[in-house]
Order: sequence, then structure tokens, then C-alpha cells
Amino acid sequence: MINASLKQLSAALASKKVSAVELATLFLDRIEKFNPILNAFITTDREKTLRQARTADDRLKAPTGTQSAGADITPLTGIPLGHKDIFCTKGWRTSCGSKMLTNFVSPYDAHVVEKLAAAGMVTLGKLNMDEFAMGSSNETSYFGPVKNPWDASCVPGGSSGGSAAALAARLTPAATGTDTGGSIRQPAALCGLTGLKPTYGVVSRYGMIAFASSLDQGGPMAKSAEDCALLLNAMAGFDARDSTSLERPGEDYSRDLEKPLAGLKIGLPQEFFGAGMDDDVRAAVEAALAEYRKLGATTVDVHLPNSGLSVPAYYVIAPAEASSNLSRFDGVRYGHRAAEYADLAEMYSRSRAQGFGAEVKRRILIGTYVLSHGYYDAYYLQAQKIRRLIAADFVEAFKHCDVIMGPTSPSVAFAFGAKSTDPVQMYLSDIYTISTNLAGLPGMSLPCGFGNHNMPVGLQIIGNWFGEAKMLNVAHQYQKVTDWHTRMPGSLA
Amino acid sequence: MSLNLEDVARIALLSRIELSADERETTRDQLNGILGFIEQLQAVDTTSIEPMAHAVDVVQRLRPDVVTEIDHRADFQAIAPETEAGLYLVPRVVE
Repeated sequence: MINASLKQLSAALASKKVSAVELATLFLDRIEKFNPILNAFITTDREKTLRQARTADDRLKAPTGTQSAGADITPLTGIPLGHKDIFCTKGWRTSCGSKMLTNFVSPYDAHVVEKLAAAGMVTLGKLNMDEFAMGSSNETSYFGPVKNPWDASCVPGGSSGGSAAALAARLTPAATGTDTGGSIRQPAALCGLTGLKPTYGVVSRYGMIAFASSLDQGGPMAKSAEDCALLLNAMAGFDARDSTSLERPGEDYSRDLEKPLAGLKIGLPQEFFGAGMDDDVRAAVEAALAEYRKLGATTVDVHLPNSGLSVPAYYVIAPAEASSNLSRFDGVRYGHRAAEYADLAEMYSRSRAQGFGAEVKRRILIGTYVLSHGYYDAYYLQAQKIRRLIAADFVEAFKHCDVIMGPTSPSVAFAFGAKSTDPVQMYLSDIYTISTNLAGLPGMSLPCGFGNHNMPVGLQIIGNWFGEAKMLNVAHQYQKVTDWHTRMPGSLA
Repeated sequence: MSLNLEDVARIALLSRIELSADERETTRDQLNGILGFIEQLQAVDTTSIEPMAHAVDVVQRLRPDVVTEIDHRADFQAIAPETEAGLYLVPRVVE
């Protein structure tokens, strides 16, 4: 049951082979057993979870056609999931991995939480993450690092590291994540999972604690593309409360899963295959491309000449937006307030000094600097111009291909402490993922083999704007002929 | 250009983040490392390139000027550090 797909779980629930309460209990018991080692969940609440599961069971029991409005059975009714602790969940602590929000019990639900609950999903708890989603290794969480279930001496990636570790260890069959510069795709790659960052504006940011608003996007994380499609069906949709939510007709992201790939054109950006990628990652990615050629796809070289500038441009734009977004944490309306202070100014600066961790402070300081008088044009405006060059590269590349492929991460999961003392080295972990956020494009990662020390390798698929259904099709067809996505760490059976 | 300790103190003040003297030194070194890394952007010729502030070109939506939210004051203030009579309390700013 712990390895079942969401479709299989759905069928088991529909045929009464298992109840939502039994399913929730199965995963809660696994969390109880393995979370002390992995630290993937920050908050669980068995009572709340089981209450939601009982409601789902009532919904599943009602004869078809007799359900009250909004209580119809969906393919996700009764299936448990974990939420990244960046999503506000009413009545649950929502910490965003920060001391600042250790005592923050959200008074409202994020749009994504609301939608998945409306579909009948059962919340198992809140998942660990880098503080305010700023990190690529989960080492910046105030609640301690998450361990990679494939090797507990390695990082799970970040910032959605709790989501990735919980899925890899089968502590949950589904999870939410967010991706500002690679935070869904990189941990999915490092833990051997499938994760999708949708086109900017497809999933509402309402109730998703803001890091860099022009880049942040929520998305599904699961074992397979088929599972991600089902989750995205329930997560996506217009929401008037997010001013950048796009008003588009609803889509069934599962609709193209079974389409054959004959004739598919895969673009390979030469900049993604140069120096910088480890040999083990290269071998796994090349093998995946060979598999795609067997499925009838052809590969074509494309160029993203400005992609090398994506990391430095990102580290101007994202901190600039963060410094503005995080100004709301002032110890007045919610969050941490220092115990001692002489006046209001000191209350602000001390509450923030105590409430934020080192990486968050660094980014606020950098962001404040690049936006300050005399530096705005040189840094911020220049980075925004380069952002346009990066986006224009993709427009050109997609004239020659249907999807772009490459590695998700330059290496497999690295050891704790390997990059945490050098911020710039850590930032370079996201070298292949950041450009899609700057362009607003959808990107996904799926497992494509194992590299050094038998750690998972991720294949990245970048789609054109609103190309999610195509990407999921491309990923699903690969997962039908390979079994990397079904593997789980042996020690956690 | 690289930052000195005074610059760091000024940025920390603008950011409303208290830094001790020790922290200022480490912070200076780390910020200079990051600024050195983003310096490469300066070498790019961006003449006549429009800045891109957002991934999608959408205009701000307008809505009818009507009340859409009910009063949540009690819920919101239940999680505040200090309130009194429906107000948020902060140290005195006007003598």
C-alpha cells in the first residue's frame, strides 16, 4: 500500500478495500516510526488528521448522487498528503521553518490547502523546509535539517526537503512544494521523486508565505508524473485573492498522459551539458535521452546563451523581493517579539535579529542593499534586464523543440556541511533550475537512475508556457518503460 | 566595490536587523562574497533592453468597490504578541 500510486489508492478506497482512516493511520504510524530519524515533518496532529479522514470516509460512503454540494467524490478523496510548512493551514502551526513563526497558528487556509481539502484529501501534517524557503539543502530550517532517506549523512535538497524526504521514505503518498529557484525540482532529484513547478500564475500564491513574489510558484510532488497530474488538477485554478493568478479555462492535466512520443522534439541546451555537471549525473541523463530516442523522440541542440547569468541575476532579484516581503515580520501583529527593547525601533530590529536565521538575514541585507539609493540601477534594474534576455533565450529555443531536457542538479545529494559555509557554492546548486523561474516557465524533475554512492539522479524537463500536460505526458511515457520512480530506500521498508 | 563595516551597519539599519560588532565583520565578508559573485552582471551590455519585472504580462485586476470580507479581528489578534481593546500594542512613540 505504501508504494501504491494515487490512482491505485483511489481505486482501493472506492472499492472499500481500505478506508481513509486506515490509510491515514498507516502513514501516521510510519511517520511516528521514521520521523525521529528523518525530521521530515515539523508538525503532526493525529486527532485532526483522523477527523479529516472520517469526514472523507463519510463522503466515500454516501451513495453516488446523494452527496451534498461540494462533497462529491473526487479521485483524491480520502488520500493523505503533507503540506510544506510554507502553506497556511487553518488551526495548524505554520512555521515556514523559522523561529519567527514558531508560534504562528494560521487563522486561514492557503488557496492550495483549501482546494486539496475540498477534493477530500487528508492532511498528515506540515513538512520541514529551509527557513522561508531560502536554501538548497534544508540546513537552514530552525527545526533542524532533514535527512535524505537514501543516505542519512546527505542532504535531501531544498527548500522543499521535508516534502521530498517524506515521499522518498513513503511517509506520505503526496505532498505540496513551492519553487522559487528550484525548490521543488532539486529536492525531487536528490530524493528520487517526481515534482512539477507549474507556469507562473497557474497555482494561486494566496496563503503561501511570500519569498520572491515574481518567482514563487506552488506545485505537486509525488512518486510519478501520473500522480503529479492528479494533484495539479486539484491545485491549479484562478483565485482572485492572488493578483497574479491567471484567468484561464480549467485543464485536465492527465488528458495527454497516454499519448505516444513518436515525433517529439527534445531540445538539449548546450550550456546545460558543459563542464560543471558531475560524470555520474551526465551518464544517467544521457541514458534517459537514449531511452527517449527509443520511444521515438529526436533530440536537437538548442542554445540558452544567457543561462550562465541566471544565478547572479536571481541573487539580485530574489533577495530584493524578499527584503520587501519579509518587512512584514516586525513583531507587532504576529510572529516573534523580543522580550526586551528600549523603544519601537529596537523592538523591530531585535525581534528580527532573533527571529530570522543567518541565511534569511543575509538575503534581506543583500536585497536592501541592491534596492537602496544609488545602487538600484546598477544592480536591480540591470538584473531585470538580464532576466528579459534569459526569457528571450527560451522563446528562441522553443522554436526548435517541444520540450527542453537536461540535468536537474549538477550533482547527486551532497553531505551535510559540504556547502553550508559558502553561500555562493550553495547558490550554484540551482544552476540548471533558476532560469525557468526567471522566465516563468514550467519545469519538472523525474528520477532517471542512480549515481555515485547509489544516490538518485533527476532528469529535468522544461516546458513551454502552459506546457504542463505535455511535460507530464513526456514524463509518464518514460515512467511506463522504466522503474526508477518505483524504487525506495531499502532501510525504510 | 566592496562594503566596509560602516556600510554594513547602514544596511542593517535600513533592514531593521540588529547586528552585534562581531556579526558585522562576518556579515561584511559574506556580503562581499555575494556581491563579488553578482558583479559579473555589470559586464553585460543591456542597452535598449526593457527591464522584466514579472514573468507574465498582466495588468492589475479591478473589482467592484464593495465589502467582501467579514470581520476577522478577533481571530487575527488572538495570535498577536500584545493587544488591548482591539488595538496592537507597541512601545510609546509619541511622548
